Amino acid sequence: MTLAQKGRWTTLVGLVLLAAVYVRALAFTPIERTQGPAQKIYYIHVPAAIWTETAMILVGVASIFFLFLKDARLDSFAEASAEVGTAFATIVLTTGPIWGKPIWGTWWTWDARLTSTLFLFFLYIGYLLLRGAVADPGARARYAAVLGICGMVLVPFIHFSVYLFRTLHPMPIILKPSAPALPGSMLATWGVSFAVFTVLYVGFVMQRYALARARQEVPHA
Amino acid sequence: MLSAEGLTHAFGPVRALDGISFRLEAGHTLAVFGPNGAGKTTLLRVLAGQLRPQRGCAEVRGGRAAIGWISHQSFLYGHLTVIENLRFWASLYGVKREARDRRAAELLTRLGLAERADQPVAALSRGLAQRATVARALMHDPAVLLLDEPFTGLDLAAAAELRRLLGELVGGGRVAVIATHNVDEGLELATDIAFQHRGRFVQLAPRAGRDRTQVADAYRKAVGVSGA
Amino acid sequence: MLERLKLAWVVARKDLLLEFRTRTAILSAVVFTALVLTVFNFGRDPTAVPTIDLAPSILWVTFTFAAMLALNRAFALELENHALEGLLVSPLSRTSLYWGKLIANLLFVTIVEAVGLPLFVLFFDVPVWHVLLPLVGVIALATVGFVAVGTLFSAMVIRTRFAELMLPVLLLPFLIPPLVGAVQVTARLLSGRPASEVVGWLRLLGAYDIVFVTLSTLLFPHTVDE
Repeated sequence: MTLAQKGRWTTLVGLVLLAAVYVRALAFTPIERTQGPAQKIYYIHVPAAIWTETAMILVGVASIFFLFLKDARLDSFAEASAEVGTAFATIVLTTGPIWGKPIWGTWWTWDARLTSTLFLFFLYIGYLLLRGAVADPGARARYAAVLGICGMVLVPFIHFSVYLFRTLHPMPIILKPSAPALPGSMLATWGVSFAVFTVLYVGFVMQRYALARARQEVPHA
Repeated sequence: MLSAEGLTHAFGPVRALDGISFRLEAGHTLAVFGPNGAGKTTLLRVLAGQLRPQRGCAEVRGGRAAIGWISHQSFLYGHLTVIENLRFWASLYGVKREARDRRAAELLTRLGLAERADQPVAALSRGLAQRATVARALMHDPAVLLLDEPFTGLDLAAAAELRRLLGELVGGGRVAVIATHNVDEGLELATDIAFQHRGRFVQLAPRAGRDRTQVADAYRKAVGVSGA
Repeated sequence: MLERLKLAWVVARKDLLLEFRTRTAILSAVVFTALVLTVFNFGRDPTAVPTIDLAPSILWVTFTFAAMLALNRAFALELENHALEGLLVSPLSRTSLYWGKLIANLLFVTIVEAVGLPLFVLFFDVPVWHVLLPLVGVIALATVGFVAVGTLFSAMVIRTRFAELMLPVLLLPFLIPPLVGAVQVTARLLSGRPASEVVGWLRLLGAYDIVFVTLSTLLFPHTVDE
């Protein structure tokens, strides 16, 4: 099986499992007392947010290795991870408001996770735009690697900025879901959901990577 | 003084350099003839240390500080005067201040630019700008000259002028590599000749008294195109 | 090390000389700053929102936009007659080249800020004299950070399409930590809050500067060499 095919199967499995998680979350996990059914979006929202960040860090790591090893596969992986990261960021930025509206009565809040993800989203968009704007493939890979490393290093700074901002402008904490304090069944659902998103990340990246490699091969054909 | 060993470099599917090796001793001038896209500029960039080849290595005794680069791009800042440009580039090559002004005066006089020293480069004609380019390249008295299509864009008079200048510069203790697609331009200065085609040196030999027609014929045969 | 700094200064001095001759970038940036401040001043209703609340944000947005104008010119001026090629063929170390551009950029942005700050004080009637020194300090701290990253990115965007548009787009996420920090500290300084509240932000700004100046210096060669 080619990488793209394996990727497709992985993604399919991931999506099926995701549907299963949905079912479990909606039907079999207790409704959170203060927030009601809307809280359940949390099972999608938080794993996606974690993977948005992790994907960026992986872009950075792959970029560092690329600058040393000059292996085009690392560049393809970075490209794939960036695109998948963008997709996950979009999921977070759409599920966040959907969850926030019934709770807070407003579509957007400057809550820590949403804000960080928004900034990450801009980072990803910049990365993808840079890749699109450089014609020479050698320069494209190098520039993307430079930006990727800077992006990876920026992630903790965004965290700290948002954290510092929040401690001085406290948001309603009581309504925010916090991972460790969940009771057993919720924690289990969350754990499964995170695993599913990991599978989805891997599946999507495999397909996207295969596509990137195929595109690189074409001029040689 | 200058050596290259198995230089190989590809830009994607295009092989700009494909296993080029040669040595040049002091006093020799290598003219590399080749059509556009043969990889001549890439070769010079590797020799100058600006591009690391994917395989092979090149060595120039004295490193970048010993190299003077002349191409049809002047590297001069239009809004700075000739003398300001010369001073700037000389500092980059480690020429000390006292030596700088002396050398600049010397070169400007020799190249007939003395009255233009305080004019902005943008105000110079193409021919004068090319002379200023030569001055810029010589400020640090380089032992190695790399010339990349230096005659491009020059009218007949300016080109003849440049040929004369280069004639005075090459030989002696210097090593020079001239890359050009025009057989007429490099021939009289060369002690050795190479034809570069698709990244390879198809022929590399001392010039040994061959005249223009013989070289042009050999060039045509080597690269399969009509020579200049 | 000293030699590298000396050569960096040679590069910076050349940039300054060039800019002094043409004056286009610095004048555009200064005029732009004045314009933005004027527009902001006109657009607000002083009775609805106290100036002191908006002032820091306005100041920093103005500084950032003006800085972008200055940043673009750093490597663009090397395109004329392919001077950049000449710089790369010369023995000039890539570090000296980056530091030279950084120094020149910092000086430009400082000039713009030096014009912008008095105008800001004038238009918004904001008392700054009692906190002038700390204010200048935080301005310097924040500026170093984003100019360092901006200088690195400007070397990349000259080879892209839409260079003037790409730079702000790429730089925006990197502006957030220094900007947020600077606005927060500026706000607290202007409203006379105790220094202890700003220590966290100052640490963030300082860390950002150290990390990104170092990172940009290390990564710069990859933007110009192959």
